[in-house]
Amino acid sequence: MVLTLEEIFETANMVLRHNLNIRTTTLGLNIKDCINSDFRKFRSNVRRKIVRWGEELVRQAEKLEVKYGIPIVNKRVAVTPVSIVMEAHCEYKRFIEMAQTLDDAAKEAGIDFIGGFGALIQKGLTRSDTLLLESLPEVLSRTKRVCAFVNVGSTQAGMNLDAVNLLGPMLRKTAFKSANGIGCAKFVAFVNAPEDNPFMAGAFHGIGEPDVTVNVGISGPGVVRSVVEKNQKCDLTQLSEIVKRTVFKITRAGELIGRELAGNMKIPFGIVDISLASTTAEGDSVARVVEAFGIERIGAHGSVLAIALLMDAVKKGGAMASGNVGGLSGTFIPVSEDAGMTEAVEKGALSVEMLQCLTSVCSVGLDMVAIPGSTPADVISAIIADELAIGIVNHKTTAVRIIPVPRKRPGQKVDFGGLFGTASVMAVNRYSAKGFMKRGGRLPAPVTGLKN
Amino acid sequence: MDKELVFITVIGKDRKGIVAKFSTYLYRSGINIEDISQRIMDKYFVMVMLVDTHSANRTLDRIGRDLARIGKSMNLAVQIQHENIFKMMHRI
Repeated sequence: MVLTLEEIFETANMVLRHNLNIRTTTLGLNIKDCINSDFRKFRSNVRRKIVRWGEELVRQAEKLEVKYGIPIVNKRVAVTPVSIVMEAHCEYKRFIEMAQTLDDAAKEAGIDFIGGFGALIQKGLTRSDTLLLESLPEVLSRTKRVCAFVNVGSTQAGMNLDAVNLLGPMLRKTAFKSANGIGCAKFVAFVNAPEDNPFMAGAFHGIGEPDVTVNVGISGPGVVRSVVEKNQKCDLTQLSEIVKRTVFKITRAGELIGRELAGNMKIPFGIVDISLASTTAEGDSVARVVEAFGIERIGAHGSVLAIALLMDAVKKGGAMASGNVGGLSGTFIPVSEDAGMTEAVEKGALSVEMLQCLTSVCSVGLDMVAIPGSTPADVISAIIADELAIGIVNHKTTAVRIIPVPRKRPGQKVDFGGLFGTASVMAVNRYSAKGFMKRGGRLPAPVTGLKN
Repeated sequence: MDKELVFITVIGKDRKGIVAKFSTYLYRSGINIEDISQRIMDKYFVMVMLVDTHSANRTLDRIGRDLARIGKSMNLAVQIQHENIFKMMHRI
């Protein structure tokens, strides 16, 4: 055999025992060519394009699952930011109808989530952007599959505080319109949003992208944890090496499947996102990786160092494995979607403040964080602004997916169902930054952004 | 003739008849066994077969399901994967 028994056993075991899977294959779909002055025709073009490509994605992905024996958990579609294609149809009602079209098309194609109902508003809002934001509470509570995003800042543009100030009230409205505030789980506020991110809820098909492309997100916290557990005595440099080597292997699987999928669909291959992405499955948790490092519970002092090490090793291993590494790549630490994170909140090990510290060294941000439904809108906006400032200053993608859960108090549990998992509601600071936030305007781009 | 090489990994507890059951099925399916080896690893019995599915008389999907069923009847986990994935992961 050209391969050793150990190597084959290692790969098979990753799938069989440590939840290795392809977390998502996300089709990026340009819908600018669907635009028509007749809104009915416009919607039917959008529906047709999504269904045609979505069905093909599902069909081809299922073939590869069989060939490589690796589950491809999610098949998704991300479209051009909807506010761009709706510029000539600026009516509230039409935004709702377009969202419904996306939802129906996704369902028809067998897609669980469709991303891109969003806007790039880092420097200001067009009429279409404004209407899109206004439509979000209804869209997020009425549709099942539509995911929304806004990009409210970047290291080059600074932060649009006026836009951030609209998000707090919007999220509260959305929360009170949907059971347990679940509508908010389908909305992400970004700075430095990548145009080729395959992960929901923030995926969209950037305007610099080709007509159709496929991006892949891998998983693997369970695999990394099992390797770390076997190496209890090594120092940080060795630990980093072990993680790097493991992530290299996982990423290679993603690269193979992404390339073959794109080849079979006759479309260009986009990127592999090398983030470690947790799920609610026991063991498939980034928190458990950190615990395997030797930290009692994630959130304990020392956790920032641990995440910094993990994040860097993941990037280095992934970068070696693929020539097309995507923009987000690093480590996700969603609260409700990661059993270890949820547990840490329950036990009082992890607070919102510590979580924010962790996000300053990891790739995403405050993700799937449940807060009390009574949190005032201006406090929600301020939490978002704080978190996104970290991203702007540190030249990194940072996002916030926060859920004010109606009628829930800190410490109470909330079940979001399915992939969204269970969260323990986190306490937020009871003092306000209202006076500061209402100044509005734009945070100037940091001096480190002036690199031209 | 191009070969379609697939690895079948069987993990579980050793017992009589494993090789017999799997190879009988493969023979009936028109699949040639190119190589086979087995060992105890991590306290598990591990058997790996490298097979050529080029002239198989059933689809890979069907073979996967059948082998999983045979495995289950003997309390074994079975994984079938095309050789490319191993080459990608373990060879630079």
